[in-house]
Amino acid sequence: MLYGYAGNTLRIDLSTGTIEKEPLKQEWVDEFIGGRGFTSKILYDENPPGVHPLDPENRFIIAMGPLSGLFVPAAGKTHFAAKSPATGGYGDSNMGGHFGVTMKYAGYDVTILKGSAAEPSYIFIDNDTVEIRPALHLWGRGSTDVEDALKHDLGQDFQILTIGQAGERLVNFACISHDFGRQAGRTGIGAVLGSKKIKAIAVRGTKDIPVFDPKGLLKKGKETYAACREKPGFKGWTPEGTAGITNWCNDVGALPTRNFATSHCDYADKINGKAILDQLKITDKGCFSCPIPCGKYGVAKTEMGKVYVEGPEYETLALLGSNCELSDIHAVAHANWVCDELGLDTCSAGAVVSFALECYEKGLISEEEMGMDVKWGDLASMVHILECIARREGIGDLLAEGVFKAAQKIGKDSSKFAIHVKGLEWTGYESRNAPGMMLGYMTADVGAHHSRCWVLGSDVANAVGGNKDANVHDLISGGASFDTIPKADHKNVVPLVLKSQHLRPAFDILGTCRLQYMEIGLETSYYEDLYYHATGKKLDFNRELLNLSEKIWNLNRMFNKREIPDFGRQYDYPPPRFYEESIPSGPNKGHCMPFPVIEEMLDAYYQARGWDSNGIPTNETLKKFNLIKSTTPQL
Amino acid sequence: MTLSFNQETCSGCKACELVCSLQNLKIINPSKAMLHVSALFPEPGKYFVEICDQCGECANACPREAIVLIKGTYRIDKKKCDQCLLCVPACPKNLVKVDDTGMPYKCINCRQCVEVCPRDALAFN
Repeated sequence: MLYGYAGNTLRIDLSTGTIEKEPLKQEWVDEFIGGRGFTSKILYDENPPGVHPLDPENRFIIAMGPLSGLFVPAAGKTHFAAKSPATGGYGDSNMGGHFGVTMKYAGYDVTILKGSAAEPSYIFIDNDTVEIRPALHLWGRGSTDVEDALKHDLGQDFQILTIGQAGERLVNFACISHDFGRQAGRTGIGAVLGSKKIKAIAVRGTKDIPVFDPKGLLKKGKETYAACREKPGFKGWTPEGTAGITNWCNDVGALPTRNFATSHCDYADKINGKAILDQLKITDKGCFSCPIPCGKYGVAKTEMGKVYVEGPEYETLALLGSNCELSDIHAVAHANWVCDELGLDTCSAGAVVSFALECYEKGLISEEEMGMDVKWGDLASMVHILECIARREGIGDLLAEGVFKAAQKIGKDSSKFAIHVKGLEWTGYESRNAPGMMLGYMTADVGAHHSRCWVLGSDVANAVGGNKDANVHDLISGGASFDTIPKADHKNVVPLVLKSQHLRPAFDILGTCRLQYMEIGLETSYYEDLYYHATGKKLDFNRELLNLSEKIWNLNRMFNKREIPDFGRQYDYPPPRFYEESIPSGPNKGHCMPFPVIEEMLDAYYQARGWDSNGIPTNETLKKFNLIKSTTPQL
Repeated sequence: MTLSFNQETCSGCKACELVCSLQNLKIINPSKAMLHVSALFPEPGKYFVEICDQCGECANACPREAIVLIKGTYRIDKKKCDQCLLCVPACPKNLVKVDDTGMPYKCINCRQCVEVCPRDALAFN
């Protein structure tokens, strides 16, 4: 008996209509545990090398972890992966809500889609019943509109994921939407589903998940929920959720503003967590089993209408807010809703819109090409650009490729302010003053995404002379006192970056949200005990799980090497704006990240990882992680 | 003394369903829990939890008087129950469930949901 898992893999070939169920491979469980471990392994092994991300042969993988769906705080994460349309390399994204756990209750830890349906379809899953159903009536409709329609047709107890028009039109930053406001936003995962003509997946699951020691899990689960309540962050962090960090970011000069031209604005108070609570919120909205619901669901009212929307969370506030100079919380929330409905990742969408606005301001995109006279901080301008992108109309067809590819076509130095790494747009933390954060963004497997590394606390605490809010970082580093944490000198950020790059994705392996640990400081020992009661197996979090996390990091690097012909060091550079332009205003005025410093950090990082000077894992490193066989092409 | 629900604080996490099934049935399966969380989105954007308030309709429907009130809680006497399941449709909240052997079961006011709810959305009063 495989405890802690549903025990099955669901394989669907959309081209042939073949649906197969097979036992979950013991090899995957033994070596990769779950979630992100499964997706990395399966994508490397099963994706045909060199396949185009939008080719039917690209696999679309859904994976849960051994703790998903159990009596464990915030065990509601669903992990998706495919070769990324945005980067051409390893792409993954995860979301909260209730979808993944319901897949597990239906009996499936892993679902692998390949092929492409002949016509728009949705996948219907009701425990053992799995069908590919026509979805012509849903095609072209908005994400939440479709979710509402399917719940109406099938029943409220079905959990739904959808793509919007952006996914249908293969926009490189199309997302997957679920639960009226949760998204798997990054790496263009929604476009992969769109390329397979899958508009939605609807699932109902009512089976038991077998666990090794139900009594022990009950006891430890109760203890863990009780422990969460005792953490200061339980009451301190939860009310505003991620939006609570907005003012802190602005105060330390890390809030992206005007397409990362600067890192501070004078209207942060208008678009922060308090503004959401005061002006928008109807209810706290939590993911499955989460005691600290970061979701804030509410109503936004603007000249463009009244909309119900979850959020904006911090990244959305930064990218659709200050980065586009939008200074009204209702307007930011409306832009958030537009992205949700069209199926656009709010992070990349904000970065692309701000890039487009700067191009327009500099005369690189004309008014005729843009389709209207667009302005910074203007909701109507943003909605116009977003709708053009999702429909691939006019300039939107170019912008739908993301800032990296769009800048290549626009030319005229626009690449200097196309803010991305590897083709994935940068998220909400200015890093010219933050070497660790910069290095984390540069080297993340999926491109410029903070979910892989967040060390801004120690970075900026040092940069501004020891800010008291550095306690955010104390939590990240597992309770170490701030005095013992390496400071933001670029010469010693590597160990901190490595630790964060292994620690944060570790929760994606288990199938839980990292925020219980990161934001309220729930100790990792709880996860060790919960894992034991669930699976019957011991797991040393710091030794074994972080070692697996490092192994996965190397495997994904090898995937990128295999899939991107000239992959190497040049793919780890930040955009020129960050090493050529100093921050012009705010607390970090004058800060820049000189290119020699970037090179020095990369050298140190590669050495610490056991990679060569081009950033490729050496044979010794692959051997250390038992990856030689799996990453060597079969003759 | 019965369960009560505070909609203002519920965030729909279903920890109550998890602990209910694990405490009483020794399994992980929220769909078998003796209370039920539902969500109404996109409008009005609210959560609801159906709870057993010990109204006694199940007992009224039982032809064998197998459901009896003990210290404020209606309990099913498995020795008396002949599994006719008339109590199931009698529950106005659909919270009388049936296990794999055909035996009905219902909320016994174990209060674990109250204890675990991280939002204090459930109370016993």
